[in-house]
Amino acid sequence: MITIVDYGLGNLGSVLNMMKKVGVPAQVTGDLDTISKAEKILLPGVGAFDPAMEKLTGTELRKVLDKKAKEEKVPVLGICLGMQLLTRGSEEGELEGLGWIPSYTYKFPQTELKVPHMGWNLVKRNVPSPLTDEFDDEFRFYFVHSYYVKADSDQHSILRTQYGVNFDSGIQYENIFGAQFHPEKSHRFGMQLFRNFAKI
Amino acid sequence: MLKTRVIPCLQLIDQSLVKTVKFDKYGYIGDPVNTVRIFNELEVDELAFIDIRATKEKRGPNFEVLHQIADECFMPLSFGGGINSFDIAKQIFSLGFEKVILNSASFSQPQLITEIARVYGSQAVVVAVDVKKNFWGKYEVFGLSGTQNQKKNPVEWTKQVEELGAGEILLTSIDREGTWKGMDIELIRQVSDATRLPVIAHGGAGNINDIEKAVKEGKASAVGVGSMVVYQGKDLGVLVNFPDKKILEAALV
Repeated sequence: MITIVDYGLGNLGSVLNMMKKVGVPAQVTGDLDTISKAEKILLPGVGAFDPAMEKLTGTELRKVLDKKAKEEKVPVLGICLGMQLLTRGSEEGELEGLGWIPSYTYKFPQTELKVPHMGWNLVKRNVPSPLTDEFDDEFRFYFVHSYYVKADSDQHSILRTQYGVNFDSGIQYENIFGAQFHPEKSHRFGMQLFRNFAKI
Repeated sequence: MLKTRVIPCLQLIDQSLVKTVKFDKYGYIGDPVNTVRIFNELEVDELAFIDIRATKEKRGPNFEVLHQIADECFMPLSFGGGINSFDIAKQIFSLGFEKVILNSASFSQPQLITEIARVYGSQAVVVAVDVKKNFWGKYEVFGLSGTQNQKKNPVEWTKQVEELGAGEILLTSIDREGTWKGMDIELIRQVSDATRLPVIAHGGAGNINDIEKAVKEGKASAVGVGSMVVYQGKDLGVLVNFPDKKILEAALV
């Protein structure tokens, strides 16, 4: 059972529905008791960094999530902004991130490329990870973001995507996983990612 | 390479899927939820829904239908029509839509663009710039389903909404919409050249060649298609379809 954390931001209906479609048991909840019993956690998120961190910093929910992620070490997958929250912090905001993966969130440099990076783009496997099983060169996902993540160490970068910079579209540190794109909006490619996460 | 998006722009009146010609006369297409299922199977890049009468009929969006649409859709989704407050936008996002499309409200309360962008990010706010050529051949921006002349130049207006925090422009040529006559490349180029925002060119696409021109000559970031994905052909019956991906990709390389 995957527990999708509802903390008042994000499009959780579509995530839940895609999991249903591929036969992965999942629930959406903001209930602390339920989250504290979770076997696997999906941390969604859309929008800006600080408003999202404001909903977590200093809350009971944050304490429960820290315990699940750092002590119990259940698999956690952050998607979209949820991935950026896993980093130390972001050039988008002032608040500290969750800091569960040695990494940071940077602003795309000003180039002739349009920001936000919005649309379908290819991902390339870097360090092998159970999250990216059966991904081939055809794999593409839907991205919508103005900031990108870079892991401090190449060892924690599992997917790479080229958009002006070569950024980490997937990261992993022990039991913590992040994916920059929207799997729930990426047809069969997203379905494969959710199947993989369910098997971890 | 970033794939160029080709986006079915689907029109709703309340819970029915319709298709207009020049924002006026319309034909009934069918049930939007079934249509989404077909586009899922076709692995379409992205879908946009616009309730073309929501503001005119002074009613809000039909949240029940939008909920059903979002439930069925495994691709990025946008919705426009009747969004005149932050709360309505918030409800649309919470249903699972990635972006809201503003038109009438962008004129009457431009601060709404900024307000939504501040919370959900610029990329979540699309401004629909609906354009007609006047008698003298000058482009003018329209509101309220193409019925209210805003006396604005599309290039200047696009720059203004970019500053207000819009993340994307849905640029529609009302004169070409639903006509199958090809897109207004001059208009697309003028607006695309003037902004860093992605521009979705819409109105008049009848075949892959029209889409290619909008991208290569018009410099559009994406192309919106309507008639050609809901009809078998010009003056023919309803058939939800999508151009062959391989041919499309070859044309857009």
